[in-house]
This record gives sequence, structure tokens and C-alpha cells, in this order.
Amino acid sequence: MSGPDRFEAYDDHEGEGGHEELGDHEEQDNSRKENSIRDELGEDSPGGPEHGDAQGPGHRQPPRIPMPRASVEDTGLPLPATPPPARPVLAHRVLKSLLGAWALAACSAEEATAVELHLGECGACADEALRLREAVGLLQRPESLDLDPSLRTRVLESCLERRPPRIPVPDWAAAYDAETARLDALLQDFGDAEWHAPVRLRWFRDDEATSRRTTVAGVIAHLLSVDGLVAVALGLDDPLGDVTSPHPTPAARTEAYWRASHFPPTRAVRAPWREQSHALVRTVSFTGSGVGAMPVPYGDFELPLHDAMLDRAFECWVHAEDIADAVDYPFDPPSPRHLHRMIDLAARILPTALAHRRRSGLAAPAHHRLVAAGEPGRSLRLEIEGSGGGEWLIPLDSPRPRAPPSTRWPTSPWTASSSAAWQQATYPRRRLRRARWETRRRSGTSCAPPLH
Amino acid sequence: MTKRDVPPRWDRKMQQRLARGEAAALGELYDRFASLVHGLAHRVLGDERAADGITREVFTHVWEHPDSYDPKQGPLRTWVATLTHRLAVQRLRDTETAALARDGSGTAEELEHRVRRASVAARADYIVQSMPVPLRSALERAYFQRRDYRQTAADLGITEDEARRRLRLGLQLLSTAHDSGAPDAPPGHGGAV
Repeated sequence: MSGPDRFEAYDDHEGEGGHEELGDHEEQDNSRKENSIRDELGEDSPGGPEHGDAQGPGHRQPPRIPMPRASVEDTGLPLPATPPPARPVLAHRVLKSLLGAWALAACSAEEATAVELHLGECGACADEALRLREAVGLLQRPESLDLDPSLRTRVLESCLERRPPRIPVPDWAAAYDAETARLDALLQDFGDAEWHAPVRLRWFRDDEATSRRTTVAGVIAHLLSVDGLVAVALGLDDPLGDVTSPHPTPAARTEAYWRASHFPPTRAVRAPWREQSHALVRTVSFTGSGVGAMPVPYGDFELPLHDAMLDRAFECWVHAEDIADAVDYPFDPPSPRHLHRMIDLAARILPTALAHRRRSGLAAPAHHRLVAAGEPGRSLRLEIEGSGGGEWLIPLDSPRPRAPPSTRWPTSPWTASSSAAWQQATYPRRRLRRARWETRRRSGTSCAPPLH
Repeated sequence: MTKRDVPPRWDRKMQQRLARGEAAALGELYDRFASLVHGLAHRVLGDERAADGITREVFTHVWEHPDSYDPKQGPLRTWVATLTHRLAVQRLRDTETAALARDGSGTAEELEHRVRRASVAARADYIVQSMPVPLRSALERAYFQRRDYRQTAADLGITEDEARRRLRLGLQLLSTAHDSGAPDAPPGHGGAV
């Protein structure tokens, strides 16, 4: 197949399948057209000699060379000595092949005139021309394929209410499931220009803002590499395959993946990323909630699986925003329920990050001395407004994070996608984003991976 | 080409997973077909909320009755599209009939005409989405980008003969949207509901 065929979406095979059923319509149609479609579909090189079938017995076109008619002699006009020169032998075949372009007004004026003259004398072509013209009227610009992301949650919830699942997705994996689905939907209609759009990833290293240039495809490769940490912990295949990373950290894995490929990542990275995210959700569903505490090594530190999945959801959203910014496309924040869990993760990580910075001499020591876990000590009250927000008490003098205190939940978890709800949801997002950078900054180089 | 072998296997596995009650499979099903379902429903009903409702009905039906899909009968995608088409047309007819009874504007004939037109439009959408990519990209260039067939050929790196062939074949496929016995006959095989 020629060049453009390579532009197929990764799941384009559906399209091929969908084609099969067209046969059902054809059965109701007249056999002439059906044969013609089948003929066309079976051909690799149109215009070859086999195309002479236009004159085959199954077709009702008039012969190319008109037979002399008796009435002509009666008129006394001179008989044509040769077939009319204006009708070359291939004329009918060419005219017929032009019908589609003609119906779409996509041929030259001369060709259009020739076709129209021909339609006056060829019933079969006239029938087809009419049919194709009508078909043009059915072409409509595809409507926006962007679905309200909250529709997914509503539809799935409604399904699961009607028939409770035997194998549910654990609550702590729901945010990852939703965020990867949203990012995948964003990627759906990307062309090459979008896949190669430059993206600047920003983070903090040693208290300094730093950044790294990559592309949209590079960002997906990054997500694939780091999600791979969770995949490996669950016993799934490592997306890095034979590529060895000097350190099992998110940043090192990403750099190794990027380096190992001779060419910059392309749209081809979407399918393995999506397959892996499906496999992760599926695997944690089967292993059940009991596995949530299993540690997932991130190189310099580890997170329990349920937090690792939240962390990956968080990263997926943040990078989806990077991508959306890069291609100048709107992208909503996560649903409040998921946002809330992500904020909660960031809040819970703060004490650990703080402790790490103290050990490294990067932060002021605790007030007098560290107090035992659960003992009274200073704490910081973090309040995030808007849906998805809440209140958290961050212990400052205790080496260990406390269980988050009672948090304020939105009264109804994301039931409307009105602009008011969006603004509400955007507000904590901005704050959260700042909080997140703060988390990283405080954590220095080793606690929060710079690139994950 | 192994690619052609993929869909039936994916379809079969998906059905087994749904039957097993795997919520993760339902999410994957939604991600693959939601825009198709919503788009078709919206083309028939012309209303966002109504299309949302049909989307919910379709996925609920598949989730509650995964066994009503028979992989031997064809691709899951076709079956889902058929189901969507049927439910959406049914909804349109119900709504229009109720409106007709309420304010008596229009005639039953006009109602049937509208239903029929919406149904054909949705079927046409589905055909365009499902046709082989080479045909679709030729049609897109010629129609939406107003390229003539010579420019289309140059854009796609194909011969002019091939460009003409793709345009004609694409329209031939599209024209089958008009072919159906009853106005609400779904595309493809029936038996979805």
C-alpha cells in the first residue's frame, strides 16, 4: 500500500472489520453495482487490461462503437466512414472512472463536460452518477469526537449499578483508569504534527527549576517507561525490554528508553503505552485490594502499590496537560473524587519529603526535636478549596505522616460539567500544581524523582 | 497480515471478559466504542443529552447481556453500531410521536421522513468511519479540502487513476446508506436487542 496507508490509527483494524458488513446492504441492492464494488475491491491495479470488464456481458452499457442504424441511411446524410474520432476506445472506461470525481466536483471543466455528455447517452453511467451525487450529500463533517470525560464515569457507574462486577477495579486504581482513558482520548485524533509537537517538561532538581525538551510522543514514552515500574512490580513485562537502565529510577528509565531508540519516539508508542495501562488496571483488578500494600520500588524509594497507582494517575494527568498545552487543546482537570485522592497523596508525601530534606541539611530542623509518631507536635493545615479539595494536617515534627484527618468532600462527586463546576475544579488544580512542585522541590533529588 | 486476525480475537476475548463480570473490560469497551456510539446517536437525535442517554443505554445493554453478541455473526464494532442505531432511531421516533400527539404539528408522513433521513445520515457516518482508510482519506481531500482528483493523487502519492478509483469506490460504498428495507433497519446484521 502506498504512503498514506501508514497513517492508520493503532486500532484501525476495526475499520477493516466494519467494512465487511457492508455486504448486507449490497444484498438489497442491484447486482450490477454489487459486482462492480466487488470487482473494484479485488483489484490491486486499476486501469489494467482486466478493466475491460466494462464491456463484459454483465454490463448493460451500449457498445463503444455504435452500430449503423437504418434510420441514418434514410436521412440521406453521409454515412460515417470511421467511428467518431471524439470517442477514443478507452473513453467509456475513463469516463466511468471519472464518475466519483465528477460527483464530487473534483475534476477539470473539460472532464466534467465530457462526463455530462456521456451521461446523456449511457444509462448505466447515468444511474451511477445520480447515485454517487446523492451519496455526496451524505458526506458530513464528523462532529466533535470529544466526549464529556465525566460521561465515562457516569456510564460506567450506571452499568456497574445495574450489574455489580464480579471483578471490580480497586478503588485506588480508578483514578489511573480514568486518567489514562482521558489521555488516550486526547491522543485519538492527533496527526504527525501533534505527535512531534515540542513539549517542555519542567521540574525541580536540587532546589533549582530545570526542564527537558521532548515531544508529545516522547512524553508518552516517558509515561510508558515509568508506568513500567509498576508493571514490573506486578510481574508484567518490562516495556524497556532489553534496554538496561543504569538506575531503576523513573528519570533513568526514561532517559534509557529515549536513548535506546535510534529515532525520536513516534505515534507508534501509543499502542504499547495503552496496552500496558490496560494490563495494569486489569492485573490489579484480578489480584484484588489485598495487594494494595505491596511495595513498588522507584529506585531511590518505594511506594505501596495503591499509592503508586495514584502517583501514576497524577503524572498521567499532569503530562496530559503538558501535551494539551503543547498542541493548544483544552483539557479538563480530573474528576473531583480522583483529584481529591491525588491531593491526599501529595499531602501524605510531604512529611517524608521534609524528613529527607532535614537529613540532608536542606531544611531547618524540627522545632526542638522530633516527636514520636502520634505525639503532639506542630502541624500545618493545608486547605484546598473547590470540588475535590479538602483539609489536611501535615505533621511537621513527627517523622511519620499521620493518617489524614477528616477531610471535606464535595457534596456530590462531579455530576455536572458546567463551566461553574469546571472553574471550581480548576481552582484546586492550580493550587495543587503549585503544591506538587513544592513537594518536589522540598524533596530534593532523591525522594521525588525529578522526571516522574 | 496478522492485523486482520486481531479484531475477532479481541472481540471474543472482550465478550468473555464482560461475561465474567470484569469491570476493567467494561472500561476498555467504553474507550474503544464510546465516540462511535455517541457520534451515531448524536447524528440521529441531534441532541447532546439524548446522545448521552443512548450511550448509557448501549453500554448498559452490552454489560448486562454480553451473551447477546455472537462473535460468529460479525465484529463487535458492527454489533455495537447496530444496537446504537436501533436504540437511537427508536428514541427519535418515540420523541417525535409524542410531540406529534402533543401539538399536532406535522403529519405522520413527515415524521417518517425525518426519522428516515436521520437514520440514513447516521448510517452514512458509520460507513465513512468504517471504510478503508485509503478511500476515506481520498474522500476527505476531495470533499472537505476541495482538492481535485489530480491534487488528491499528488497529496496521497498515488496515480490519478487510483485517485479516481478511490473517489468512485468511496462514494459507491457511501451510497449504500440509502439501502434499507424499513426506515429503522440497522446497518449490518440485526438481532442486537
